[in-house]
Amino acid sequence: MSVSQDLRLQPPPAPAPSPVHRAPERPPWSALLIPLIACLYVGVVILLPALNVVVGAFAKGLGTFLEVFSDADLLSALRLTLLVALVAVPANAIFGLAAATAIARRHFRGKALLLTIIDLPFSISPVVVGLMLVLLYSPTHGLFGGLVEASGFKILFSWPSIVMATIIVSFPFMAREVIPTLEEEGWDQEEAARTLGANDWQVFWKVTLPSVRWAALYGLILTAARCLGEFGAVAVVSGNIAGLTQTLPLFVEDAYKQYHTELAYGAALILAGVAIVSLLLKLLLERLLEQDKQALRAER
Amino acid sequence: MAPSTAHRRLLPTIKLPSWPWRITWLYLGLVLFLPIGGLLLKASGIGAADFWAAATAPEAVATYKISFGLALVASLINGVFGLIIAWALVRSSFPGKRLLDALIDLPFALPTAVAGLALTAVYSTNGWLGAPLLQLFGLEVSFTWVGVGVAMVFISLPFVVRTVEPVLRALEREQEEAAWSLGATPTQTVFRVVLPQLLPAILAGVAQGYSRAVGEYGSVVMISSNVPFKDLITPTLIVQKLEEYDIPSATVIGTVMLIFSLLSLLVINLIQIWGQRYSGELKSAA
Repeated sequence: MSVSQDLRLQPPPAPAPSPVHRAPERPPWSALLIPLIACLYVGVVILLPALNVVVGAFAKGLGTFLEVFSDADLLSALRLTLLVALVAVPANAIFGLAAATAIARRHFRGKALLLTIIDLPFSISPVVVGLMLVLLYSPTHGLFGGLVEASGFKILFSWPSIVMATIIVSFPFMAREVIPTLEEEGWDQEEAARTLGANDWQVFWKVTLPSVRWAALYGLILTAARCLGEFGAVAVVSGNIAGLTQTLPLFVEDAYKQYHTELAYGAALILAGVAIVSLLLKLLLERLLEQDKQALRAER
Repeated sequence: MAPSTAHRRLLPTIKLPSWPWRITWLYLGLVLFLPIGGLLLKASGIGAADFWAAATAPEAVATYKISFGLALVASLINGVFGLIIAWALVRSSFPGKRLLDALIDLPFALPTAVAGLALTAVYSTNGWLGAPLLQLFGLEVSFTWVGVGVAMVFISLPFVVRTVEPVLRALEREQEEAAWSLGATPTQTVFRVVLPQLLPAILAGVAQGYSRAVGEYGSVVMISSNVPFKDLITPTLIVQKLEEYDIPSATVIGTVMLIFSLLSLLVINLIQIWGQRYSGELKSAA
């Protein structure tokens, strides 16, 4: 019996546990080689630097590592970073949910364009974002320079510009996560709620938001991670003054440049911790999202 | 505001845009359109001759070569390895696969300053990889253009993996089986049947990674020595111009980068549209 007949007569293929081995003539070494190359590459490019942060932070023992957290400039940078995130994350969450409820599940001309516009901050260099804010709010060169000067309110080299820079680089995450999930849901539940007399606000709060809760939570995590870690845009507008307008990522760079290696690694480990927690939460939320989807399919 | 009239036309039953629309446009206006408009307005006030002179100044052109050239090399390297990683994630099972999958996202999640610190340390002349590279090949990585390339490889790694993975997963195995049954070798099957279908996804991922690598600042500024004509990237040049209060030059070079971002976004979208059409054609042919 020829190979072709053999293959054609097979029943619809069941999901194979390791599909690589189904290739009839593929030599076994390629099945091993591809994962091996993948692991080596990721190991060198990503894992080694990541391990370096952990090893570097504890290089001089736990005592030195803990001492780092009594450094006044580091604590001030940590405080500023958290404060900025505390303003930027809720603002971006409101925008993201509003944009998602406005855009998702609707068909209108220019929808693809609008989605691309929302994604714009991901392709603009953070430095250019910072430059844009300088050109708007600098008292000497900015378009609104006169207004800023007259109001006596400090925007550049102060927290308002840091918050704005952070908002710009991180606002797309929420909408991007929520829109696809919302697109999969139908309007049925919203319509049912409306027939029962719920107003817009009640529908959003009791029906729409719960139906996208995991996606929204993941969007929130991504937004927060980006807000805590932003470097380029904040570096341009903040003035990078230690103890005053220095955020934690700026502190990492500054401390490393000044040869305060322990301080740099201590701050870097805090930020790396945030990144790792956000990745772990991602794994968890992906599972919960999958469960929800299966439940939805079962209902139908 | 113009958008509100547009929506009146699109949603004829509603007189005013709903609250979600109002929040969306107000927010986009304040945090996106206003800053972009400000940059373009400032740039338009400079004058064509001066603009061209600042955009093509020798030190600016030198940074374009480094930024755009090294980013291209980095994203192409990740095009090849991203495909291999995606293949390993979809088609093989091996111990540590979940860890590998999670690690791919680290460059997205890790703040760039932390990445810069770690890469500079690992590739410095007494670092884990820097020391052997110096002894074996006499190659210095940190504080040279090679280091800039390494940082760009790091931050652009996830893109190709994440664009290719879903397409590869959705690929119908029957096509490969048909190719084998018609007598194609595994190599022929990969190059004639599988790769052409993955091409739009690979290109989209390479373009996204390229765009990201060109704009990257935090990690590159730490691993580079930031010497003009040697390893200075365009974003760092903008920062230096701002520090020297040379606002017009910063504005011009910033505008060049913004136009590049808009163009790259357009190209990425075109590739994705092409990819959808391509897969649609294949489905209708099948």
